[in-house]
Amino acid sequence: MATVTIRDLHKRYAEGFHAVRGISLDIADGEFLVLVGPSGCGKSTTLRMVAGLEEVTSGEIRIGDRVINDVAPGDRDIAMVFQNYALYPHLSVRENMAFGLKMRGTPTPEIDRRVADAAAALSIEHLLARRPRELSGGQRQRVAVGRAIVREPEVFLFDEPLSNLDAKLRVQMRAELARLHRRLGTTVIYVTHDQVEAMTLGDRIVLMNHGVIQQIDAPLAIYRRPANRFVASFIGSPTMNFFPGVIRDGAFVVKGDAARLPLGPDAARLPQGPAVLGVRPEDLVVTGDAVPFTTAVIEVAEQMGHETLAHVSVGGSSHVVRVPGDRAASPGDRLSLGVRPGGVHLFAADDEGRRLN
Amino acid sequence: MKEPLRITLLRHAVLLLFVAISLYPVLNVVSISLRPGDRLRSTDLAIIPPDWTFESYVKLFTQQPFLRWLGNSLVVSGVVTLTGVALASTAGYAFSRFRFIGRKATMLAILTTQMFPATMLLLPLYVLIAKLGLVDTWLGLMVFYTATALPFCVWQMKGFYDTIPASLEEAARIDGCSRAQAFWHVVLPLATPGLVITALFSFMTAWSEYIVAAQVMQDESMFTLPLGIKGFQASLSSQWGLYAAASILVSIPVVAVFLAFSKYLVNGLTVGSVKE
Repeated sequence: MATVTIRDLHKRYAEGFHAVRGISLDIADGEFLVLVGPSGCGKSTTLRMVAGLEEVTSGEIRIGDRVINDVAPGDRDIAMVFQNYALYPHLSVRENMAFGLKMRGTPTPEIDRRVADAAAALSIEHLLARRPRELSGGQRQRVAVGRAIVREPEVFLFDEPLSNLDAKLRVQMRAELARLHRRLGTTVIYVTHDQVEAMTLGDRIVLMNHGVIQQIDAPLAIYRRPANRFVASFIGSPTMNFFPGVIRDGAFVVKGDAARLPLGPDAARLPQGPAVLGVRPEDLVVTGDAVPFTTAVIEVAEQMGHETLAHVSVGGSSHVVRVPGDRAASPGDRLSLGVRPGGVHLFAADDEGRRLN
Repeated sequence: MKEPLRITLLRHAVLLLFVAISLYPVLNVVSISLRPGDRLRSTDLAIIPPDWTFESYVKLFTQQPFLRWLGNSLVVSGVVTLTGVALASTAGYAFSRFRFIGRKATMLAILTTQMFPATMLLLPLYVLIAKLGLVDTWLGLMVFYTATALPFCVWQMKGFYDTIPASLEEAARIDGCSRAQAFWHVVLPLATPGLVITALFSFMTAWSEYIVAAQVMQDESMFTLPLGIKGFQASLSSQWGLYAAASILVSIPVVAVFLAFSKYLVNGLTVGSVKE
């Protein structure tokens, strides 16, 4: 087991694309760290640099105390699970799992023992003699994970391992990976574009965009206090509602005076002028102890059973309100909306959209 | 869906016609090789003549240096096949996986050599071989054949490697392989169909070639099979029996090699490795 330290890491491709722009990270021993962000944000490139599959343009990567920038991938004591599984098609499942150990000259009895253990842990003992093409998608992913764990590496790298599985299998494998991590306690770096995976699996989440880290924190901390508008819009489903407007006279006024939200005692510390108000759908509530905000008519109601997602129009743009499932909500109904205390997120109106409160 | 009877009949009729067209010359040659003497023409329609004999075959081995030519051809074709496979498999890999200066230009240059008919290259290549002192040597032929077969083989291998996902090699490298080991343990086994095509193509190029061999080889004991066989067709009296018998024997190794390799020609070896 080991820590992973990344210092001021850059990746610039020959054609000039600056994929990773100065990333620094400290990953604790045994931590499950999730790199998440939209496609092209540099998360996979970062992972591939840790794996040794991409050259580091500048900066430093250490596993434990060892700088591994120029160490061959096979000598880094890492194992990686690929998005497309990357199983060796000409080898059986057993040979796939044993391949890495064989290349390192591990004695045969030891290989057999480790493959058997890993196969048992993943319930794939009955598949050992088969070829990858005879397996289903879920089974292939298990084999790919098995190939990684037999190596007993210092660090596991996962590159979007679940994105090729169907929804049901993904939920199942997600729980299995969490269990596996608890049992093995190995350091994990996990790349995904799926915020649900990030929220459920990670000890900490690193949210990236345009090659830069936007925020590093525990999942709930990121959810509750997003550092900027990008983070706020990326984490959470349905996404946070944003209302452009201004902070004026101790209140937030939605553009065109469509609505007004008193900001209470916080207002004094906030800069006056243009800003963006962010409210999560579940904090935009119909009644109760909420601070009154506006009234709006339901345009579309999506009934999910346990809740209804009501789409309403405020200040000319569409927003989503979560209405409890036992409450009637149909198109045409007028809702008087309030914002739950603590549910107010204020961001700067510029492109960066830094958090103000 | 069941096919109407007349369509089935029509299809079989067309197929039979083509089978007849391809088999007729072969059967004719078989027939000639079995006739006593040098009867090229015969009014007899029997494939196996009533007075059939293996005389021509026996003569080939006892009175003609057929075995020697066979050996020559095997050596030349074998070496050309081995070099072709070795060079095409590595060069194709480089073109497929590495981005180096001059990559596109080199690939185009290789392709361009394919635009000239071999006969046009005959003279310059002969001059080259003569200057290198390789006239009347196996090496001369091998160089010539390898040079003509390689361009196609390199492109063919490159195309084949392009279909092998890069993540397989990356997985191998993380599993502890060097680049070369990943190539050997993972890429090459998956490229078997490509290698087989390369091997077959190189072998055939060398095995059945006549024009170049006729220029490079002058000593009869160094002749390859096509050269030797052509010798039976003299201006005054052609030894058609020997000619036919030798032709049959020459085609046997090609057919055998093809049959032996054809099971590797199945595509889709990489099915199941990665999810597209």
